[in-house]
Amino acid sequence: METLSFRHAARQRTAGSRKLALVGVVASGNLEVLAERVLPDTECQVEISTAAEGFGAVWGAVVADFVDRHSPGGLKLSINDGGARPDTVSLRLAQAVRSIAEEAR
Amino acid sequence: MTAPQPQAERPLASRNSPVSWYEASARARVRLLLDAGSFQEFIGPEMREASPHLRVFDLPEQFDDGILVGRGSIGGSPVFVAAQEGRFMGGAFGEVHGAKLTGLLRAARDVKSIPVLILFDTGGVRLQEANAGELAIAEIMRAVIEARTAGVKVIGLIGGRSGCYGGGGLIAGCCSALAVSEQGRIGVSGPEVIETNRGVEEFDSKDRALVWRTMGGKNRRLLGGADAFCDDAVQDFRETALDLIATAGGFGIDSLKAEQARLEERLQTFGTCADAVDIWKAEGVPDPDDVPAMDADAFIAVANKIRRPSRDSR
Repeated sequence: METLSFRHAARQRTAGSRKLALVGVVASGNLEVLAERVLPDTECQVEISTAAEGFGAVWGAVVADFVDRHSPGGLKLSINDGGARPDTVSLRLAQAVRSIAEEAR
Repeated sequence: MTAPQPQAERPLASRNSPVSWYEASARARVRLLLDAGSFQEFIGPEMREASPHLRVFDLPEQFDDGILVGRGSIGGSPVFVAAQEGRFMGGAFGEVHGAKLTGLLRAARDVKSIPVLILFDTGGVRLQEANAGELAIAEIMRAVIEARTAGVKVIGLIGGRSGCYGGGGLIAGCCSALAVSEQGRIGVSGPEVIETNRGVEEFDSKDRALVWRTMGGKNRRLLGGADAFCDDAVQDFRETALDLIATAGGFGIDSLKAEQARLEERLQTFGTCADAVDIWKAEGVPDPDDVPAMDADAFIAVANKIRRPSRDSR
């Protein structure tokens, strides 16, 4: 298993009031993303655990693109990867931000 | 099963088009099955109580170890609920996965008055943690029986992609009542296991029609192994769960004797049947060859005519 961690500055705080969101599932070609609102509003962190070793540069590029597009300020995003392709990872990350950005019930 | 009662207040899930139980994730099933917004999870994914064994095999973990447990309400009444995620390692039971269900059942046993819904979706024990998984199955079976002895109704809902096999099939056999859809297969040895051990002449696991008519929900309902049959929609499972919570029988020496008698009679009546269709014929189902193609409403009508669910056994 390989673990990777990326920390970025974010332009703005993620909208909404939910503290937690979980999307996806750990299955072949899929992944789960746990989003937690635990960081200062201008920071974000992505932690990855994957069995597919040696793809750190690809993960780094996907995460940088994601932070640029969605500005996930205040979020810690933890990933358990089941060998997902980069496009699937991008969609799951976007889904996690959208999910936590909903208003809490 | 009795016909679903018309409800004055339609829950949120039915406002949209029907959601397939088979296709839905474990979390979506729980969210739509229970009263809107009522679910409270115990030991949620943020606790990161994942399997301690999978990393030894270089396998990825899941934050909830493939099962969510908690409490909520259904039809306004409190309920404990557990749901397996069949897409994570086939919904298989590992040490943590099993412990979460055992803990939920023990809580129900202590509270006594709140029923438990188990949303099975499992191939059985997770072989990477086989000993812990087998022990978990034994602990869960004991916990189900202890809860039922304390007066708790334990209802199994089966309609997921992994079916309900191996130790999951054993636990299902201990429940107060089961609801199953056509897709929700129930068994102990799965099709591939039978074929591997007994040969393709005994059971061809690639023959999907054979697998479904043998282990699928329709045959389980007609044989009396499942108490209710539902269409593959979350709303159907919700209405059926409400019905089974209201009607499932108690547990004691009399119900065990009645169950033993039912199984003996079943063996006597159908023991020589070579195929599920032979069983349906022997049961007096009109046009038994048509059963696999029947839609849910037509099948429920036939099943209710042939075999009223027994409330004194199980």
